[in-house]
Amino acid sequence: MAKPKLATASLAGCFGCHMSILDIDERILQLVELVDFDKSPVDDIKEFTGRCRIGLIEGGCCNEENVHVLKKFRENCDILVSVGECATMGGIPALRNTIPLKECLDEAFLNGPTVHNPSGRIPDDPEIPLLLNKVYPCHEVVKIDYFLPGCPPPADAIWAAVAALLEDKPIALPYELIKYD
Amino acid sequence: MSEKISFTIDGVALEASPGQTILEAADAAGIYIPRLCKMKGLMPFGSCRLCTVLVNGRPQSACTQPAGQNMTVENNTEKLNDYRRSVIEMLFVEGNHYCPFCEKSGNCELQAMAYRFGITAPRYPYMFPDRDVDATHPDVMIDRNRCILCGRCVLTSKAVDGKNVFQFTGRGAHKKISVNSAAGLGGTNLKVIDKAAEVCPVGSIIKKRVGYAVPVGQRKFDARPIGSEIEEEKVK
Repeated sequence: MAKPKLATASLAGCFGCHMSILDIDERILQLVELVDFDKSPVDDIKEFTGRCRIGLIEGGCCNEENVHVLKKFRENCDILVSVGECATMGGIPALRNTIPLKECLDEAFLNGPTVHNPSGRIPDDPEIPLLLNKVYPCHEVVKIDYFLPGCPPPADAIWAAVAALLEDKPIALPYELIKYD
Repeated sequence: MSEKISFTIDGVALEASPGQTILEAADAAGIYIPRLCKMKGLMPFGSCRLCTVLVNGRPQSACTQPAGQNMTVENNTEKLNDYRRSVIEMLFVEGNHYCPFCEKSGNCELQAMAYRFGITAPRYPYMFPDRDVDATHPDVMIDRNRCILCGRCVLTSKAVDGKNVFQFTGRGAHKKISVNSAAGLGGTNLKVIDKAAEVCPVGSIIKKRVGYAVPVGQRKFDARPIGSEIEEEKVK
């Protein structure tokens, strides 16, 4: 029987949660016995190659590409897990949510004290994903099945979650593994 | 007035002195009723509603309701605990609670309450309100993004410090903690040694230059859920 597939993505995050995935240390050898990595920065597979049992999402949605990737994950994964504070509540990128988008762009590309931008243009190349009006937690965009809080979630929490899901059990984290920081 | 009042919480028989609240009697008996605004030594305020219990089937806040003869109190039930989860989640979404960089993280009672109830994400959409920070005082600051309007600072400043530094202003979603000076907190007579500067259950009123002093793992709620100290009384 083919191994179940695991996919991961970092949206508007800092890759810290992926570092925490790697922080399961030697258990990663056990993990590759149990699952095949599909679309993920871990193996650099860019597109889904088939149906995945588990999708781990780091980061919230700050631009249209994040939304596109997140929807692809929802389509292709049986169980989708928000990993970390940014996926769950927007995190640091969501600090901009109380500031109008135009003010953010003006500060970054026109008015900031270290800006050198003689053209006075805000980058608008079609290759650059358009920013959303604000940063959205993943569960406000698609249905999310589980949440692993933390910044990042402890490696033990990620391991406990993946191990439970592979055994078709619900994720039940003990007190020490639910941390918001 | 020395006769004792007998009542039950979740079927456990308790005694209370006349005038003692349900919450005080429960504390003394080692039964924890979750609470955020209530603090020992302060008049109960009843603002957070987390201590809501069913008294003979009717919802009452345990911090304000005196124990009565033969009362039947329900506390640790699935239904009440789900209401409590819901209240905690509302407090999280209606403020801007960025635990990852908050100085209070690990010692925060709101966060600890969410840990105790095993909350991994709120069921409500985040509101991301636009709130301000007042850093005009040399030793203490207010970050209103984190305020849960419990009223501890208001009551403490009046009743313990004998000052009148904090007060609620506005109504409904516009309600906020204001200070007794147009120049901000720095214009008030608040001193860093005042009790009001240390009673905030969250990271809204914090002392400057003392943050992150305790390493992760050794903070107040890292290993033990909030309320453990009361529940351990029962074991003794």
